[in-house]
Amino acid sequence: MSIQAWTFLIVGLTFLLYIGIAVWARAASTKEFYVAGGRVSPLANGMATAADWMSAASFISMAGIISFVGRDGSVYLMGWTGGYVLLALLLAPYLRKFGKFTVPDFVGDRYYSQTARLVAVVCAVFISFTYVAGQMRGVGIVFSRFLSVEIETGVFIGMIIVFFYAVMGGMKGITYTQVAQYCVLIFAYLVPAIFISMLMTGNVIPQVGFGGTLAEQPGTYLLDRLDGLSTELGFDPYTSGTKSTIDVFFITAALMVGTAGLPHVIVRFFTVKRVRDARVSAGYALLFIAILYTTAPAVAAFARANLLETVSNQPYSELPEWFSTWEDTGLIHFDDKNADEIVFYSPDEETNELTIDRDIMVLANPEIAQLPNWVVGLVAAGGLAAALSTAAGLLLVISTSVARDLIRRTFVPDITHQRELIFARVAAGGAVIVAGYFGVNPPGFVAQTVAFAFGLAAASFFPAILLGIFSKTMNKQGAIAGMITGILFTAAYIVWFTYINPELNNAEHWWFGISPEGIGTLGMALNLIVALTVSRFSDNPPQDIQEMIEEIRIPRKSDPGNPPS
Amino acid sequence: MNNKAQQYWRQNLIYLASLLAVWFIVSYGAGILFVDWLDQFRMGGFKLGFWFAQQGSIYVFVILIFIYVWLMNRLDKKYDFDELEESEK
Repeated sequence: MSIQAWTFLIVGLTFLLYIGIAVWARAASTKEFYVAGGRVSPLANGMATAADWMSAASFISMAGIISFVGRDGSVYLMGWTGGYVLLALLLAPYLRKFGKFTVPDFVGDRYYSQTARLVAVVCAVFISFTYVAGQMRGVGIVFSRFLSVEIETGVFIGMIIVFFYAVMGGMKGITYTQVAQYCVLIFAYLVPAIFISMLMTGNVIPQVGFGGTLAEQPGTYLLDRLDGLSTELGFDPYTSGTKSTIDVFFITAALMVGTAGLPHVIVRFFTVKRVRDARVSAGYALLFIAILYTTAPAVAAFARANLLETVSNQPYSELPEWFSTWEDTGLIHFDDKNADEIVFYSPDEETNELTIDRDIMVLANPEIAQLPNWVVGLVAAGGLAAALSTAAGLLLVISTSVARDLIRRTFVPDITHQRELIFARVAAGGAVIVAGYFGVNPPGFVAQTVAFAFGLAAASFFPAILLGIFSKTMNKQGAIAGMITGILFTAAYIVWFTYINPELNNAEHWWFGISPEGIGTLGMALNLIVALTVSRFSDNPPQDIQEMIEEIRIPRKSDPGNPPS
Repeated sequence: MNNKAQQYWRQNLIYLASLLAVWFIVSYGAGILFVDWLDQFRMGGFKLGFWFAQQGSIYVFVILIFIYVWLMNRLDKKYDFDELEESEK
């Protein structure tokens, strides 16, 4: 069967599966819609969190970026996994004990303030929309490449699928769909990685083959060969860094803290039954994420070595077949500047003849390894699973924030649960349409939105939640002042360097050499300082709030009069 | 009772501080601040600093969370704060 036929078949089958699950797990009550009834098993929640978290960026782009920047790519690897340690230790158990439905719920109740709740709703909706726009675009691109439809059509198909299971099923439908999507995406990622590892290093486990010796040159380590090839061509050695240490430090921290503060990840910990389930499910989530995140740098190194070895300095006519297939898509481009029919690849723009889109590294893998056609279809299905699961999780945060935090908690407190559920579904539907619009007409900033979403999450939510749990004296004045300072500072810095003065966006003009990607860390620090200072000079929170904080710090009150049997 | 909750919380904070110290050392320490120095040592085909930055720190993160889960479950039991099973409610 052709690649096209396999892709239709596998993508079609996985979609039937997702929709089937959505119908089976449709939500009947607001509690099922918002937090899947609060009884998801920790293992299932771990898988769902992993799928929720790993987006098209993780699946398609990350290995490609690492492949081109080598060790500097570690900011993504450590940044997007280390946040789970913060989440598991500092936030998840306490938010579960708090036991409501959303992040603004917590912020509003803990800081006994509608203003704080509104600030949190605005942050949640803004972060989610910037993030979801990129996902819908990703869905459109994968569809258009593998199903040969226009990007617009691809986005439209994606909208219908997401609409179906986010609007019908709510959190319950999304959770079980995401479990299936995790299985699809991890299988699709590992199959080609394992085959390539076997071909190049003779080792079945990519993580081990990464540090192993080459099958074709026994005794030579893959990474040493890669360093050698890179320097021969004038690139920096693969295993050394070029970014400044301070920038690497700040970017990693912003990604970690942003991960821990992203609303669609935090809400997943409201869906499990008990505090101890929340703790362990963060562990499962990171374990499932780590399977992909430790494979990615191996894939990156294999792909890089393969590219330098088989393409660079080779006669154009003798290149492998995958080169010409991807040339047709325009994502690889050979420009024979000196007309010698030999591919010359170099960091020097004057003489370099080869241009490669970073995103093809994962997508082209099956062809590079000459794997059967069905694997290509599988990778397409995996990329779609990654993008759709993240989009659905974000859309749910938007609809919950609107239906619950704006309508019930702020404007119409006496609304019935049935009507609230209708509002939640309408909001989810509206969010799908807006997200689809951004997918079709991407605002110029989609490429930079990831930095934006993470920086904002790091600078706004994380300190407010952290202080809300760990400081009994933190009051509403401090929290609101901190959130507003953190957000305004971070947004202003990013907007200044990426939209207003992009020509100044380099290390020379950055404050302390911190790039816009890493500035959320400084925003978070400012938030903490402002919050602590303001709260020192204003009243302590009321007694019932202090009791609530004591309450969320322990999983269950023991009852000395009636000890459990 | 109140005293018991305070002791529980204090022990929790000690666990958090120790685990987060390890978290900081493997990622920001080994993976970023001392990565070049560590690169002079090797582990098979990996330079050590590079390994921490791209693989090692992630493995340690996973292990840290499971250690935390184990420590806290034990602590919950010790202070009788552990949640009851459904049937015991």
